[in-house]
Amino acid sequence: MTDAVLGGTAVPSVRNRRDRDGAVLPVLTVLAVLLAVWYVAAVWLNAPQVTEKLNRGGTDWGVSELVAGTWAMERPVLPAPHQVAVELYDSVFGRPVTSKRSLVYHAQVTLSATVAGFALGLALGVLLAIGIVHVTVLDRSLMPWIIASQTIPILAIAPMIVVVLGNLGFTGLLPKAIISGYLSFFPIAIGMVKGLRSPDPLQLDLMRTYSATDAQTFAKLRWPSSMSFLFPSLKVAIALSLVGAIVAELPTGAQAGLGARLLAGSYYGQTIQIWAALFMSAFLAVAAVGAVGLVERLLTHLRGGRL
Amino acid sequence: MAPVQAVLEGSAPSARVEDQRAPVVEARDLSLIFQTPDAPVTALSDINLTIRRGDFVSLIGPSGCGKTTLMRVVADLARQTSGTLLVNGGSAEQARLDRAYGYVFQAPALYPWRSIERNIMLPLEIMGMSKAERRERAARYLDLVGLKGFERKFPWQLSGGMQQRVSIARALSFEPALLLMDEPFGALDEITRDNLNVHLLRLWEKTGITVIFVTHSIPEAVFLSSKIVVMSPRPGRILEVIDSDLPTDRDLDARETPEFLEIAHRVRVALRAGHSYD
Repeated sequence: MTDAVLGGTAVPSVRNRRDRDGAVLPVLTVLAVLLAVWYVAAVWLNAPQVTEKLNRGGTDWGVSELVAGTWAMERPVLPAPHQVAVELYDSVFGRPVTSKRSLVYHAQVTLSATVAGFALGLALGVLLAIGIVHVTVLDRSLMPWIIASQTIPILAIAPMIVVVLGNLGFTGLLPKAIISGYLSFFPIAIGMVKGLRSPDPLQLDLMRTYSATDAQTFAKLRWPSSMSFLFPSLKVAIALSLVGAIVAELPTGAQAGLGARLLAGSYYGQTIQIWAALFMSAFLAVAAVGAVGLVERLLTHLRGGRL
Repeated sequence: MAPVQAVLEGSAPSARVEDQRAPVVEARDLSLIFQTPDAPVTALSDINLTIRRGDFVSLIGPSGCGKTTLMRVVADLARQTSGTLLVNGGSAEQARLDRAYGYVFQAPALYPWRSIERNIMLPLEIMGMSKAERRERAARYLDLVGLKGFERKFPWQLSGGMQQRVSIARALSFEPALLLMDEPFGALDEITRDNLNVHLLRLWEKTGITVIFVTHSIPEAVFLSSKIVVMSPRPGRILEVIDSDLPTDRDLDARETPEFLEIAHRVRVALRAGHSYD
C-alpha cells in the first residue's frame, strides 16, 4: 500500500522535473546563443557607418564607443535585439490600439484577413478533397491543376488578383482573403485526400455489410478517419494563410496591416520598425498555430486520447 | 439439436433423408475466377453446398482454398463468375441490402475514435434505430459477450480477445439470423481462443442463429460445428462435408472424447485426400 502510494507520487514528480529541465534549459540556451550571434552581427554590419561617423567627429574613439554606437543607431543595417524589443513594446503597449502606429491595430487587420483566408482555404481544400476522393474524373483532372497552382510564385500572382478584383469593385478584406486562401487550400486538399482515403479495406467492407450509403460511409468512416491527417495540414495552412495575408498587403498600397507596416518601414529605411513588425507576425503565427493545436487537443480528448 | 442429416447435394441427394429446415445458403455449381495480370486464378470451383437454418458450418482448409472467398461471395463482398448462390432464397446482394447477416472479420475492425459502446452502435445508427434502442442493445450485447462495464473504454484500451468480442457483439447487435465469421480467433492465443470458442458455442445454442465459420484449426472446427466443410486449394473446391453430432452442452473436455477424436480424424483424412499436407 505504502509502496503503491509512494510509487504513485514518485512517478509524476520525476516526470515533471524531467519535463521542466527538458524544455526550459535547452530553449534558454538556444535563445542566449541566438542573441549573442545577433549582437555580434549588429556590430559587424553597422560598424562601417559608425566608424565613418566617429572619424568625422574628430575625437579619439575605442572599441567600446564603436560597439555602443552600433547598438544605438537610429537607422541601423541590423538593429540590436533590445532596440527591436523596445520598439515592439512601445508599438504594442505604448500607443492606443486604434492608432495607425500601433502594432496591435495592424496585427488585427492582418489577422482578420488571415482568418478569412484560412476559412476560404479550408472550405475549398475540403470540398476539392471530397470531390477527388469520390469522383475518378476529378481525381485525374483536378490534381495536376492543384499542384500547378502552387508552382506560381504568390508574389507574382497577388498583384494581379488585387487589380482584377479592384476593377470588379472588391477592395479591402476580400482580395487579401482570396490570396491567403490560395496558399492555404493546398495543404488542406492534399492532407484531406490522403485522410479520406485512409480507411483500410476491412473498415470499408464493414460499411458494405451494413449496406451503408456513400453519405453514411463518408460521415461515419471517411471523415472521422481523416482527422489525424487534417490537423497537421491545418497547422501548415494557417501559417501559410498568414504569409498570404501579409504578401497581399504589400502590392495593394494598403494603409493597414503588418504587410503595409513592413512596406512603409522599408520605404523610409525604418529597419527597427520592420523588425518589430516581423516579430509581431511571428508571434501571430505562433498564436494561430497554437489555436489550431488547442482544437486538435480538444478533439483528441473527445476521442479518448487518440486522434 | 436434432442430428443434422447430410445435405451435400449433387453427390447422391435421393439417398439422403430430406431436411425440413429452411435453407439459408444454397450454392449451385458456384465458381469464381480472379483475373490476375499473369494468369486467371480459380478461387472457387463448382461449389455445391446447402446450409440450413440453425446450422453451425465450419469451412476448413489450408490457406488459398477459397474458404474466405466463399464467405465473401455469400456476403456479397465478392461475386461469382458462374453458378448460382441463393441467400434466404434471394440473391446475395438482396440479403446484404436486407442486412440479413452480421460479418465478423479476422481483425476486430473497430473504429478507434469510437468508444466501445459507440462501436457497437455503429450498425444501429446506420440502420436508423432510436438512441434509446441503440443504448439498450449495446448494453445487452456487451453483457452477452461478457464485457459489461467497458462501454466508455476505447478499443486501444482492450486486449485483442476483448476487441474481438466487441466485434462479435457489434455483429449480433442488429440481430441478424446469419452470422459470418472469417477466422475471428485466428490472431488470438490458444487460451483466449478456447475461452471464446466456449462463449460462441453457448451463444449459438441460446440464439439458434445460423453460423458460417472459417478456420484452419481442426479442433476449433470440430468443437464448434454441426457441419464441417473440408476444402482444398488450386482450385478451391469442397472435398467433403462431415456432419457432427457431439452433445450440444459440450465443454472443452469434449475434445478428449472418442467421438470428438473420430470426427477430427475424418477431417484430417479428408484434408490429406485433398493433398493439403503436400
